[in-house]
Amino acid sequence: MPTPKEGLGLNPILQDPALAIHPPVLSLGYVGSSIIFSSALAGVTLNYISKDWAKHIKSWVFISWIFLTLGILLGSIWAYYELGWGGFWFWDPVENVSLMPWLSLTTLLHCILVLEKRNILNSWAIILSITTFALSMCGTFLVRSGILNSVHTFANDPERGLFILIFLFILIFLSFFVFFFFHKNENKTLINLNWVSKETAILINNWFMMYFLIVVLIGTVYPIFLEVITSEKISVGPPFFHKLIIPFLIPFLIFMAIGPQLKWIKSNLKNKLYLILFLIISFILTVLIVKNLSINFFTNTILLTAAFFLFFITVRDFFKKKFSNLSQNISHFGFSLLILSILFNNIFSSEIITNLKIGETFVSDKFKISFNDIKQKDEQNYKAIIGKFEVIDSKGSNLIMSPELRIYNQPNIVTSEADIKTNLLTDKFMTMNLVQNQDYFNIRYQIKPFMAWIWISVILICFGGLISLFKKKYEN
Amino acid sequence: MKTKIYPIFLIFVFSIIFFLFYKGLKNSNIYTPNFKSQINIPKFQAKDFENNKTINSEDIFLDDKFYLLNIWASWCVPCREEHKFLMNLHKEKLIDIIGLNYKDNHLKAKKFLDDLKSPYKIILKDLDGTIAIEWGAYGVPETFLIYNKKIVKKIIGPLNENSILEIKEIIK
Repeated sequence: MPTPKEGLGLNPILQDPALAIHPPVLSLGYVGSSIIFSSALAGVTLNYISKDWAKHIKSWVFISWIFLTLGILLGSIWAYYELGWGGFWFWDPVENVSLMPWLSLTTLLHCILVLEKRNILNSWAIILSITTFALSMCGTFLVRSGILNSVHTFANDPERGLFILIFLFILIFLSFFVFFFFHKNENKTLINLNWVSKETAILINNWFMMYFLIVVLIGTVYPIFLEVITSEKISVGPPFFHKLIIPFLIPFLIFMAIGPQLKWIKSNLKNKLYLILFLIISFILTVLIVKNLSINFFTNTILLTAAFFLFFITVRDFFKKKFSNLSQNISHFGFSLLILSILFNNIFSSEIITNLKIGETFVSDKFKISFNDIKQKDEQNYKAIIGKFEVIDSKGSNLIMSPELRIYNQPNIVTSEADIKTNLLTDKFMTMNLVQNQDYFNIRYQIKPFMAWIWISVILICFGGLISLFKKKYEN
Repeated sequence: MKTKIYPIFLIFVFSIIFFLFYKGLKNSNIYTPNFKSQINIPKFQAKDFENNKTINSEDIFLDDKFYLLNIWASWCVPCREEHKFLMNLHKEKLIDIIGLNYKDNHLKAKKFLDDLKSPYKIILKDLDGTIAIEWGAYGVPETFLIYNKKIVKKIIGPLNENSILEIKEIIK
């Protein structure tokens, strides 16, 4: 066999425009955290972690946070459209690795706001600055060293892994040294948190975020550690994350709604009756939605109630507070929308998996799927097999879906290209795969409501951050 | 005192984490399912294709070396298809390939090899197909990757670019 002149070529799933911008944007987020990290360490050595420091570093926190959020969103969109996995988040180790710095950075962002206003939570801000950067580096290590297997481990090399690992731990130990040696927590006794105040609400939710972070961290690195210790291979899947995160999302959402309604330093509970009113409205609305569905009533009701509560409170704030604190309100509104879209997406989506030959028709009580035709097309770097399916739903409206199989020549890999019909309310999603050695095709047809809103809500969250960045004054 | 405990504790914890990651790096991340339940290869005797001498399986598969056992027949069309991959492996001298000629006519098998050349180091005859059964083969063609007298991987059906890549990855 002659020595190949060229390398393997770019993996076909990477030959996609969404992927051209996803890594640079994400990387800007990661790299931005190095600015925060350096500034925090410099601040500690000069004993300068204070209101002024918070004012200076705030814009950098926001910039990295916006890019990180956008980067994760783009990655998620790519996985949905290109990989054909049929979802937006899979708890894949590499996805988790981007989520961890995001959680840490989001917490830091709120800490910085408190630090700027009240000159408390200094240690939080320093530790989170260090954590965010360490987690970004840790992500680089996990993805590029080949220590774990995932769709993202395209180019890995254990030797480079060792280099990154040593670099990562030198950073961590150096930051420990700086933190313990220089950081003096002088104003410890001065901290006087009132139970009913904005900073308390932020602090409580920071703890929740730290909890989410730890869950994701354990779920990601536990398989690696277990394999080293017992050489047993396990993989941690969505049920682990869902079980541990969802219950705590409920108080998290409620505090997220209440927090902005409170004042700094001390707030009173007068005129806060509307909160209870909104909670009741959310609950009634949820019950009306959930009761006709055959799903777990209890958890879904509480979770939806909490999400609706945040939704209504933020909507109220748009009218009540107008432009003051608009950025925070947009982001929180976006988050409530995100949770609602995810929940509805989960509750209302339906899926059909079947094997069909050309000319066959699959009939269920909801749809009729006919496999009409198959076409071949030669493109520059791949051959495409395009199926033509007609989907007729119970209302009689019909839809032509044409998922593709692509056979790339450089390198020789078969990928399946989903056909996705998107509109504001639902996505219809179909993939087709070859069944080995048979003329059957494996067809997966999914109806996914509110998919578009998941993307829109994350864009709203980012947009909130962007406004804050360009706003001169933070609250009056 | 309290201030001393925290840093020491943290350094200790992170040192352990460093050690675990470091060890983890050395582990291969190629996932070969059933790696633990590797099956021992069967012991058998078979006649050599060339000279009809009886060979013991234990004399063929030595320890610490990878072997590929390929079950083929001249009447099997997919075997022709996969032949080029075997020839490539043979030319690259990456691995010794043992052929198992399954339920075949000697003359036709000979013609098959004359036409397409032989990638095999040794060819064994399995006239009645019992050896293939002992190996747990499903049919022809089928290929087994063997290391230390154990089946590391089994490829049912003709070899293709992907399976060759996987094999190369394992024997690297």
